Amino acid sequence: MEILLQVSDLGCARGGMAILAGLNFTLSAGEVLVLRGPNGAGKTTLLRTLAGFQPPNGGQIAVAEDAIAYAGHADGIKATLSVAENLRFWAGVYGGGSIEPALAAFDLRALRDRAGQVLSAGQKRRLGLARLMVTGRKIWVLDEPTVSLDAASVALFADAVRGHLAAGGAAIIATHIDLGFETRSLDVAQFRARHDTGPMGSFDEAFV
Amino acid sequence: MIRLFERDLRLAVRAGGGFGLGLAFFLIVTVLVPFGVGHDSAVLARIAPGILWVGALLACLLSLDRIFALDHEDGSLDLLANAPLPMEGVVLTKAAAHWVVTGLPLVLVAPVLGVLLSLPAPAYGWLVISLAIGTPALSMIGAFGAALTVGLRRGGLLMSLLVLPLYIPTLIYGAEITRRGAEGLAVATPLAMLGAITAGALALLPFAAAAALRVNLR
Repeated sequence: MEILLQVSDLGCARGGMAILAGLNFTLSAGEVLVLRGPNGAGKTTLLRTLAGFQPPNGGQIAVAEDAIAYAGHADGIKATLSVAENLRFWAGVYGGGSIEPALAAFDLRALRDRAGQVLSAGQKRRLGLARLMVTGRKIWVLDEPTVSLDAASVALFADAVRGHLAAGGAAIIATHIDLGFETRSLDVAQFRARHDTGPMGSFDEAFV
Repeated sequence: MIRLFERDLRLAVRAGGGFGLGLAFFLIVTVLVPFGVGHDSAVLARIAPGILWVGALLACLLSLDRIFALDHEDGSLDLLANAPLPMEGVVLTKAAAHWVVTGLPLVLVAPVLGVLLSLPAPAYGWLVISLAIGTPALSMIGAFGAALTVGLRRGGLLMSLLVLPLYIPTLIYGAEITRRGAEGLAVATPLAMLGAITAGALALLPFAAAAALRVNLR
């Protein structure tokens, strides 16, 4: 199967502190990797590093350019734009696909003319996830995507992920819940960086 | 980029947007100055170019922190950084939208307010020209300051302190063009300097601001 993402000996830092080190994994088309680990283990840091917001603290990430769509804790929804306007904006940014499949997949059609500010937390989250479908990107990098979703919406989300995988995509998801289909999981806690090693570690030590 | 430009303009004119904020401030300053200074039109005519330019500059400053802070708060700045747009393009687009929302209305309304300050007749054309050339630089320099302070809570004060010194050359040459225009002197030199500041800001600052944004998104 086609390998979409290959990570070798990756280290991640946050706030000048090395958090993760020695990560190795690959992600093939049609595969989901679920990140597990306690709070503060570095799941978000790893996802933000993969998405390119911060440079890796050593190691390599081999991935095609513009292959990753990121969805974090905030949904990026404008309060004064309607659901359809919010989604159409992102569809336009990513090359102008239709927003109808995304609206349908997350049951947002009835809300299409509702302004962002009157949506509930779960509805906002659904809109934020629907954005992924209009990006047309192969790898979804999702940070706690099911927060504030009810059981029915989680099922919608799982269906959307399944559809994405069937179309040759892949996903890396940090979550604590079970999505209801077979996934590979990676416990990031075992890659915790030791603070007496690495350039960041010694740098910090000089100031402690 | 066109989509982003459209979205920013749409957000600005919707409820709670920044449209009209700078304009209202400019209006208030220029209406209040004659009350404060007195009705002596000779004095007003002398200070009019400076007051109009200072007012325009402060009106611009008022809405700067909205350029990136709102997008940072709701997470769309992260998503924009992840989108297939160069960060420099995002900066330039947002600065352009800020100019259309804040700078352009100031350019258009300034001659009307010049009447309140008894601006001498020959100066009107030069006032509009100098604002039209100078305000894009104000928006671009401001976008750079906003990019530097985007992650900070209550970064508005720090941003004002960073941006104001960078605004001073624009203010000096802009007001000088209007003053010389009022007195019928040659304006070529300050006009060239103001044009150079704007061109330089538009050419260089998108890169600096994009670099600052990338650091702040870490």
